Amino acid sequence: MALSCTQQCLRCRNLLFSKTLASAWQYSTQLGYFTTEASLPTKIIHASSIIRGSHIKTKAKHKWTQQILCFNNFTAKHMSTEPTGRQDVEELSKADISHESSLLPIIDAGPATKSQMPLDLDAATEVSALEEIDDVEALSIPVPSAIPPASTSLRDYVDQSETLSKLVQLGVNLWKLEQRPNVGSMLLRLNFDTDVAPRLMFLKDIGVEAHRFGYILTHNPFILTESLENLQARVNYLKLKKFSSETVASMVSKAPYLLNFSVKRLDNRLGFFQTQLNVSASNTRDIVARLPRLLCGSLEPVKENLKVCEIELGFKENEIQRIVIAVPKVLTANKRKLTQIFDFLHNTMKVPHHLIAKFPQVLNTKYLRIRERHMFLEYLGKAQYDPALPNYISLDRLVSLPDQDFCTMLALATLEDFYLFQKTL
Amino acid sequence: MATPAIRMFRRLEGLFCVYKPSGVHWKLVRDGIEANLLKGLNAAPPQPVPHQVRFLTPPGADTEEPRQPALYAASVPALSRHPLVTGPEFQHVKVGVGHRLDAASSGVLVLAVGNGNRALNDLYATRVTRDYTLEGEFGTATDNFSHTGRVVERSTYGHITQDKLDRVLAMLQGANQKALLMYSNVDMQSQEAYEMAARGLLGPEGKSVPILTGLRCIHFQPPSFTLEVRCLNENQKYLRKVVHEIGLELRSTSVCKAVRRTRDGPFTLQDVLTRHRWTAPDVMEAIRQYHLSKKTRRHTHPQIKDSTFQTKEEDKERARQQHET
Repeated sequence: MALSCTQQCLRCRNLLFSKTLASAWQYSTQLGYFTTEASLPTKIIHASSIIRGSHIKTKAKHKWTQQILCFNNFTAKHMSTEPTGRQDVEELSKADISHESSLLPIIDAGPATKSQMPLDLDAATEVSALEEIDDVEALSIPVPSAIPPASTSLRDYVDQSETLSKLVQLGVNLWKLEQRPNVGSMLLRLNFDTDVAPRLMFLKDIGVEAHRFGYILTHNPFILTESLENLQARVNYLKLKKFSSETVASMVSKAPYLLNFSVKRLDNRLGFFQTQLNVSASNTRDIVARLPRLLCGSLEPVKENLKVCEIELGFKENEIQRIVIAVPKVLTANKRKLTQIFDFLHNTMKVPHHLIAKFPQVLNTKYLRIRERHMFLEYLGKAQYDPALPNYISLDRLVSLPDQDFCTMLALATLEDFYLFQKTL
Repeated sequence: MATPAIRMFRRLEGLFCVYKPSGVHWKLVRDGIEANLLKGLNAAPPQPVPHQVRFLTPPGADTEEPRQPALYAASVPALSRHPLVTGPEFQHVKVGVGHRLDAASSGVLVLAVGNGNRALNDLYATRVTRDYTLEGEFGTATDNFSHTGRVVERSTYGHITQDKLDRVLAMLQGANQKALLMYSNVDMQSQEAYEMAARGLLGPEGKSVPILTGLRCIHFQPPSFTLEVRCLNENQKYLRKVVHEIGLELRSTSVCKAVRRTRDGPFTLQDVLTRHRWTAPDVMEAIRQYHLSKKTRRHTHPQIKDSTFQTKEEDKERARQQHET
């Protein structure tokens, strides 16, 4: 595309140089040719340069270089002297400006320029670049803005675009967003007052706190393209499912993609969790409210994790229910990590299944943490995880205490010893 | 112009070492540390957003018939330089890894940040030796020489005494000493070779086969035994194979239960960072110590002290004593 543009541009310049005596009619046909093809903004800019060229040829061909240099000045003069031409050029320049400011939407200015172009050709007056103009005229000169027509970054548009600058002020991380495909151009097409503000007001109405807006929009900018009725319908659905309004607000701010799911899909997913886990509706609600990410992610890993727990780790169904209700994150955890931790707990530390089900937090901690703590206790002769025997150490306390408390309360050793011990593993 | 983050990065450049836990790939360690360093660097106070002068139309002005130019100049923050738009200041930190440790082994792993990578290359261009402790067990042989592999043979080990083990180790060390002379590219009949040998400088230049320069048994309690090895150009698989071959030499079989590096060049267990200290401030402190030690080393000639290296037993002994007191 760019290649063809430059080719046409070159051709146009050749024409202007060689056929200095060509008639206006020829130029207008040339123009017609251009404008019919001109469906892209860049081409329209070329067309306007031809208009300029034709004026120069017919009236003042000896000064053309100077005038090319002060094109803006020339257009201003032209606008003030010739009413029909002015209208035309204004239309063109408006088109140009709108292209440059909004950049991506394609404005079809071709037909209009084509119909009015022949009127314009003999309408130019000669102006000098050194001539003084007053403030009002200066104001009406369209200044071509410095924005590039295409860019890989939103940086170039932030200062000019109201939407983007308001989003930055809201705390949206544009740098993260521009790395995702199509998000940048989608954001540029938005109008703050008509697109962004109503949705933010909607989020505020359902109880999302204002400081979460940046987080939500950074993770899910597509919420700005959802229609308000859809959003309202989804919130109504969640409320119908007996989620309280505070819960809905916290769910939306924790899982920004939640409101982009259709009601049917949300219903399917809630049903999936209830049937797979075989728990009551209130428990499902509780799980989903605590980890709303479950509703947005893929369901395949969840299924796999449940199978891993059941077949590979050998938990009974009621134990799985208990684990999931206590720690929903087990459903989204990496299954290799789960088996690694379970392997260590069950085969090295000799902890039976029912104890792990009683303290499901251990499945949610780091493997290295459990390992080095267990080995330290074992080295000190204190690794005793059976509640029936004396000096019992509960799994919960083993993994949840910070290092300092672990050393003083469970291992009865100093922190330095623990760190020295870590260097011998 | 140096921003706070760049100034912080300057202080981070250099060499330091971490304690790699077993069961973790070295790449994971390196990536984790890079992420931590980036977090620390980007948490430094950001540059204030610069202001730029722009011509604004007052909000109340009617744009239909602007008889008077209704623009006014105002200084507004240039949002294109806002940290949310430009992204974090540091997006990559060059973190280089010294001599590798495979996933099953643990111990001192040298890392370099920024221009420390050049120092790292220089370090390994000189002939550095490394110390390992190897834990072995008699009685079985596996396909990958470590205790996790598939068992291919079982044998008795009742006949093995510490004396026999020491004899085998001495034999192995002698053979390696010969290899050391063979791989040093000097004519053995020359005065040059004599002088180098007298100063202990003989050795391979650059790459060579693994050479064990020191080998001793520090703990013997059949079936388990612990060896301390000092070597050149080794890898951990080779060390496991050494344990396997020692078993065969003793008319038995043995597997390697743990490979632990206690020293890599000048870096010993004393200055390693354990897992909870892999953060930017701790790394910065470790690198400061490294630069300090380099300065003092310039004044006093380097010498490797045997007492600085700590074996597992000594560590455990000390921990136990401290615990009891």
